[in-house]
Amino acid sequence: MKTKEKVIEFGLGLSALITILTTVGILWVLLVEAFSFFGKVSIIDFLTDTQWTPLFDEKHFGILPLVAGTLLTTFIAVLFALPIGLTIAVYLNEYAYPGFRKTIKPILELLAAVPTVVYGFFALQVVTPFLQSFIPGLAGFNSLSAGLVMGIMIIPLISSLSEDALYAIPKSLKEASYGMGATRFQTAFKVMVPAATSGIVVSVILAISRAIGETMIVAIAAGQQPRLTANPLVPIETITTYIVQVSLGDVPQGSIEYQTIFAAGITLFIFTFTLNSVSYWIKKKFQEKYE
Amino acid sequence: MHILEANGINAYYGTNHVLKNINLQIKPHTITAFIGPSGCGKSTFLRMFNRMNDYIDGFRKEGEIIIEGNEIYNKQVRVEDLRKQVGMVFQKPNPFPKTIFENVVYGLTIRGEKDKKKLNEIAERSLRQAVLWDEVKDSLKKSALALSGGQQQRLCIARALAVEPSIILMDEPASSLDPISTAKIEELILQLKEKYSIVIVTHNMQQAGRISDNTAFFYMGELIEYDETSIIFTSPKHDKTQSYVTGRFG
Repeated sequence: MKTKEKVIEFGLGLSALITILTTVGILWVLLVEAFSFFGKVSIIDFLTDTQWTPLFDEKHFGILPLVAGTLLTTFIAVLFALPIGLTIAVYLNEYAYPGFRKTIKPILELLAAVPTVVYGFFALQVVTPFLQSFIPGLAGFNSLSAGLVMGIMIIPLISSLSEDALYAIPKSLKEASYGMGATRFQTAFKVMVPAATSGIVVSVILAISRAIGETMIVAIAAGQQPRLTANPLVPIETITTYIVQVSLGDVPQGSIEYQTIFAAGITLFIFTFTLNSVSYWIKKKFQEKYE
Repeated sequence: MHILEANGINAYYGTNHVLKNINLQIKPHTITAFIGPSGCGKSTFLRMFNRMNDYIDGFRKEGEIIIEGNEIYNKQVRVEDLRKQVGMVFQKPNPFPKTIFENVVYGLTIRGEKDKKKLNEIAERSLRQAVLWDEVKDSLKKSALALSGGQQQRLCIARALAVEPSIILMDEPASSLDPISTAKIEELILQLKEKYSIVIVTHNMQQAGRISDNTAFFYMGELIEYDETSIIFTSPKHDKTQSYVTGRFG
């Protein structure tokens, strides 16, 4: 019996360890290759040069255009998804009948189960032509349509997590507000949403993190032209798209072109790691307030 | 003249018949206690007076409740106005996660009151009425969640008083408090009688005996007996009331 327990314990511990080791391994590869990259390209150039042309003869290694592309699509996505996601969360929490809420929530979460490649083609083949019908000068590849579709993708993330946060607020607060003669709308926006702020912020940060790391939609619909711009109508390139582009191409292993994807990768990693840490910290700091 | 009249009230949660043909009148400036074992329907009945049961799935009622001459379930009645007229204090203190000041004036701000001077005056008056002013006058901008349980409950009372209701409903307002805080709340309720009519649900028979003028005893959804508190506790007409108030079941 005792040995059996030991074996089980070892097995479980090993599974946990494998996950951690994998993460450490990935980070290690990223760091080693990126370190070697920064041996050839100065980190100052990397952070300040406004051109990214590692695959051309005249090479520039400024990450800014890729960062700009990533932030632009993410910004559009969040700008679109936050009001809608929050409205859905408030509706489900405050207005919908409990039975309806139980049905609709899993259906919404299905949106997140659509393969992102499908979203990508939806952006390219449906949304872009539709937008072009009333936005003259909208390029075939652009960050607007990729951002909007990415917004659709992260709506369930925001609505579901925000609804969880609203749901976790004690019912007694809602009753207090109703008892004072507040309407449902006042109760939602003067009491419930402020009380759930930390949870809502966490949902938005996780959504941002998801959007920054999203690859297929932007690779398909936003273009492959690194460009330092805030114009949502022209083709751009995100960090993730660049990594896909180079990984699928035929750059020789160990070359500087090859190493750029690790430099881009570590930039991406720093973004998402920071965001996830912030959301974790907010969660920890505020979650016990009502217990 | 009665401030509140309930006529032929029946209430149901789904198929569960929780209040059975209840008739009861309440006089102004009195404290009325509802007592009875758990599940007897006393809280459900109390919550009908400000229609807090409206949002509960499957809740249904028959009969009428007339408060200051108006049938409160009438379609013309705005439930938001009714709740200004009939305030409520809950079992567990439930201040909003806002400052003490914002809590007290919540009922006014949601009705669009912006006049700073008026809000300040009402906040002070309400906090004084709730005997909390001296303890919080220097920390009005601090979070209400930093107060002790007893202080939070008095804050909730102040919040209810701020909109000047005529009736205040209290659903076991002291059941989560320590004896000293409970004594303070009871003292406060007695003072409030001068200006308001109070209906209080309580599990605590001594509490009902100490503070109420009239007591209604509920059992299994029926109003068994309703009379002056002294009569209910010393010479009730029904055996069930007798056994409940003497602690033989409950």
